[in-house]
Amino acid sequence: MSFEPLSLKDRLLEQRVFLNRIVAAVLLIITGTAGLALRLVYLQVMGHEHYSDLSRDNQVKISPLPPPRGLIFDRNGEVLADNVPSYSLELIPERVPNLSQTLEELKALINLNDEEIRRFNALKGRAKNFESVPLRLQLGEDEMARFYVHMPRFPGVEVRSRSLRTYPYGELAAHVVGYVGRISESELQHLDPSIYSGTYHIGKNGVEKTYESVLHGKTGYEELETNVQGRAIHVLGQAPAIPGADLHLSLDIRLQRTAFDALGDFDGAVVALEPATGRVLVLVSKPSFDPNPFVQGIPRAQYDTLQRNPGRPLYNRALRGIYPPGSTVKPFMALAGLEAGGIPASRRTYCPGYFRLPNSEHKYRDWRSGGHGSVDMKYGITQSCDVYFYDLALHLGIERMHDYMSRFGFGRRSGIDLDGEKAGLYPSPEWKRKHRKQHWFPGETLIAGIGQGYVQATPLQLARAVGILANRGRVLEPRVTDRISSTLEQENPYPPTELEPIAIDPGHWRTVVDAMIDVVHSQSGTAKGIAPGLTYHVAGKTGTAQVFSVRQDQEYKKMHVKESLQDHAWFIAFAPAEAPQIAVAVIAEHGGHGGSVAAPIARAVVDQYLKSLQP
Amino acid sequence: MTPDNGYIGIKLHEAPRRQWLSRLHVDLPLLAGLLMLAGAAAVILYSAGGQKLDVLVRQGTRLGLAMAVMFVIAQIHPRYLRLYGPVLYLIGVLLLTGVLLMGETSLGAKRWLNLGVVRFQPSEMCKLSVPMMIAWYLAAQPLPPKFRHVVAAGILILVPTAMIAKQPDLGTAFLVGVSGAAVLFLSGMSWRLIAALAAIGAALLPVGWHFMHDYQRDRVLMFLNPEADPLGRGYHIIQSKIAIGSGGIYGKGWLRGTQSHLEFLPERSTDFIFAVFAEEFGLLGCLGLLGIYLFILGRCFSIVVQAQDSFTRLLSGALTVTFFVYVFVNVGMVIGILPVVGVPLPLVSYGGTSMVTLLAGFGMLMSIQTHRKLMPN
Repeated sequence: MSFEPLSLKDRLLEQRVFLNRIVAAVLLIITGTAGLALRLVYLQVMGHEHYSDLSRDNQVKISPLPPPRGLIFDRNGEVLADNVPSYSLELIPERVPNLSQTLEELKALINLNDEEIRRFNALKGRAKNFESVPLRLQLGEDEMARFYVHMPRFPGVEVRSRSLRTYPYGELAAHVVGYVGRISESELQHLDPSIYSGTYHIGKNGVEKTYESVLHGKTGYEELETNVQGRAIHVLGQAPAIPGADLHLSLDIRLQRTAFDALGDFDGAVVALEPATGRVLVLVSKPSFDPNPFVQGIPRAQYDTLQRNPGRPLYNRALRGIYPPGSTVKPFMALAGLEAGGIPASRRTYCPGYFRLPNSEHKYRDWRSGGHGSVDMKYGITQSCDVYFYDLALHLGIERMHDYMSRFGFGRRSGIDLDGEKAGLYPSPEWKRKHRKQHWFPGETLIAGIGQGYVQATPLQLARAVGILANRGRVLEPRVTDRISSTLEQENPYPPTELEPIAIDPGHWRTVVDAMIDVVHSQSGTAKGIAPGLTYHVAGKTGTAQVFSVRQDQEYKKMHVKESLQDHAWFIAFAPAEAPQIAVAVIAEHGGHGGSVAAPIARAVVDQYLKSLQP
Repeated sequence: MTPDNGYIGIKLHEAPRRQWLSRLHVDLPLLAGLLMLAGAAAVILYSAGGQKLDVLVRQGTRLGLAMAVMFVIAQIHPRYLRLYGPVLYLIGVLLLTGVLLMGETSLGAKRWLNLGVVRFQPSEMCKLSVPMMIAWYLAAQPLPPKFRHVVAAGILILVPTAMIAKQPDLGTAFLVGVSGAAVLFLSGMSWRLIAALAAIGAALLPVGWHFMHDYQRDRVLMFLNPEADPLGRGYHIIQSKIAIGSGGIYGKGWLRGTQSHLEFLPERSTDFIFAVFAEEFGLLGCLGLLGIYLFILGRCFSIVVQAQDSFTRLLSGALTVTFFVYVFVNVGMVIGILPVVGVPLPLVSYGGTSMVTLLAGFGMLMSIQTHRKLMPN
C-alpha cells in the first residue's frame, strides 16, 4: 500500500471512526427507547388509576358551550340585531338507537322537509357523536306539544333552548346589518371546527359578515362525567364561553328611516356620512328585503320571489350599484381645472347650446338647447352648463382628469367595512387600451367631463367624494362601525383610517363651494326648490344619469320598454356649508330631474340630522 | 486473523444457508422481524379499524406490493445503488421543484405531483435519495470528512429539506433532514462541529417559529399545553393519554379498548394507532412491540457492521438510524412527549404512502447484506 498517495483513504481509521459512531448511535437508540418505556410506565402504571377513572365506565365528555353572539346597535343605542331564545329539536346521535327510523318517525310528527334532513346529516358529520345536533331550529308550540306526548319513544331526542338572531328593523337596515344564516357545507370546509363547534350560524352579509370574528366570541366547554348511557352525571370542569363583542354602528336608524321613507316609491339609494370622521350615518338601498327569514334558512319559493323581483331587493345599490354620476362630477371637475389645469374661475366660455371639437361637425349638446350664453366657472356649476365643462375637459385632457378625479375616490373602492363594494370606473386612455383594445377619442374626454360615457360611480363613492370636498381635502375611509365593545376590554377604540389628503387652495375651494351654495340658494340654481325654509346653507349639486340602470340583465330590458325613459336623478350635498356636519348622496332611479326629486330627499335627511345635533 | 482490509470473514456454518437465500438476496432475520411486525399490525388494525376485514385486506395488499418492491430492490447490487444515488437525488429535487410550481394542493399543502395515472409524492422519494446522495458523496472523500465536505453535504441535505418544508410538510422535511444528517454523523463528522450545530439550532428556534404556519404553531403550543384547547388540537393528546394510561400493565384486552371503540380517539388507525395498541395490550404489549422494533434494529445494525465499504456502511447505517427516528417520533407524539407531527408508526399505521419507501429501504439493506463478497480465505 506504500505506493498509494496520501490523499487516499485510510481504511483502518475510517472503520474505527465508523464503529465508534455506530456504538454512539446504538447508545442513543437504547436511551431513546428507555425514555419511551419510562414514559409508558409513568402513564400505564403510575397514572393508570387516574386515567382509568377518566375512561372506565364513566366517560369524560367535552361538550361545547357556544358563545352568545354580539349584538349590533345604532349610534343611539337602538338594537339592530338581537338574540331571542327559541326552542329547537335536537338529536344526540350516540344515544339514538336507530337513526334513520327515528328520522322517519319524526318526519311524520313534526313536518320535517328533506332540506332539513340533509342539513342535519351534514351537521352530524362534523359533530362528535355525543354532541347535540339540531334538526329543527324554530319549533312551533303545537309541534313542541306533539313531541312531548311522544317523547318516551324517542331516546336521544330532546327540545333545547337556543338563541336566535332577529332583526327588529327588518328591511330598513338589511343592507348594512346583513344577516346570519346556517353554516353552509362549503363554508364548513374553511372553518376552524374548535371555534365553531356548537355554533350553527355565521354572518352571511353586511357587518354580520365583515365582523364575524368579533361578533362570534369564543366557544367555551364543559367537561362532563357521564355514565354508560351517556347521561351527564356531573360537571368536572368548565371554561365559560366568552360572548361575542357588541358592534356599535355609526348608523342612525331614525335618519335611515327618514331617508328610506323620503325615497318613496323610487328605487335608489341614499348614503350620508359625517365628513370629519368618515362615519356612515345613512346607507339606504331600495327596494330592500326582510333579513329575518334568512336566519332559519329561507324557504326556496320565498327566495325565488326575491331573486325574480325586477327591483332586485337583495342587491345593495349603495355600494354595488354603478351609475353614471352625470353632472354631480362638475364641482370636482371645476376644482381640477383650478388646481391642476391652471384655469381661472373668471375664464368665460360661450354656450350656444352645443359644443364642437375643432375640425369636427359633430355637435355635443347642452341640456338646454337654447344655450346659456357667456358662462364663467361659478355660473357653469350653478346652471350645470354642459358646454362649459366640455371646454374645461378639453383643456384639462383625460390624463389629468383621471389623476385628479381618482384622488376623490372615483374608480376606486372606498374601503368601507362592508362586503362586495364595487369600484366603479373613471376611464383613462391606458384603461381603454387594456380593456377595450382601442385608442382614446377626444370626444370621449368631453363626455367624461360631464360624468357620462365610461364614467361610473356608486352612491357611496359620490357621498364620499362630496365628503372629501366638505373636508377641504381630508380623505377618510368610510366606516359603518363606530366602536366595538366586548365584556373583556370594555370598549375598543376604533379610530377612522385617514388617507393621504388632497391639498386644495382655500381660494379655489371657496369658489367651488360658493357655486354649490348658489345651486341651492340662488334664483338660477338647479336645486333652488329646496331652499325655502332652510336656516343654514346647503352646498349641493344636481345631476341626471342618462344611460344604464342597476338592472343590466334581461328583466331590465323589459322594464326599460315599459317604464318611462326617465333619467336617474342625482343630488349630492353637504351642510352647513361653512362647517360641514353631514355629506349626502341621493339617487332616485328614473326620478327625472335631480333638483326636483333627489334634492328634497337629501334635504329631509340633512334637516333632521342637523336638528338632532342641536341640544 | 487476516489483515483488516475492509472485508469481514464469513463463518463457515453460514455457507449452506447462504447458498439458496443469497440467490434470492433475502435476509431471513430481517424478513422475520418485518413479518412479526406486520402480524402485530394486522391484529391491532383489525381492532382500530372497526373490525372490518376489508381494512385488513387493503392494508395487506399494500404490504404485499411494498414487499415486492423490497424484493426487487434487494436484487440490485450496491454498486448500482451508489451509481443511482446522485441521479435519484437530482430527479427528486427536480420533482420537488415541480411540486412547488404546479403541485396539487390538498389540505392546504402542496405535496402531490399528478403524473397522469398516478399521484406521486416526491418528498417520499427523498427519504431514500437524500441518504443515498450523501453516502455517495462522503464515501468518495477521505473520512472523517473535512469541514468543507461537511458544509457541501449540509447544503445537499438542506436543499430538498427546505423545499419539502416549504410545501409545507414539516414532518417529512424533518425525516429527510434526519436521514441525511445520520450519514454525516456516521461518517465521523467531529463532535465539536455537532455540538456547535446543536447550539446554533437552538438559537435559531425563535426564527423558525417566525416562519411557521399558524396550524404548525398551534401544534407546538398544544404540545406544550394540551389542556388549553381540549376541543381542538389538544383533544388528540388528552384522549390519547387517557387511552394509554387506562390500558395499565396488562391492557383491556383485544377489541375491548373503550376509548378507541367509543370513537374518542381520533386518527386511531393512522397516526394514533399506538394508543389503541397501548389501551388494549397494556404496558407489556407496548414493550413487546418496542421489542420487535429493537429486534429489527438489531439485525439492521449487524448488517451495518458487516458492510464492506464506506458507501454501503454509511447508507445502511443511516437507513437504520432513520427507521428508529420514525418509531421514536410517532410513539413520542402519541404518549405526549413530542409535538403532534404527521408521522405514522412504521409498518403499523394504516396507509400505504410511507410503507413503500420504508420497505424499499429495507430492500437496500438486504441488497447490501446479500451482495457481500465472500472472503477468499
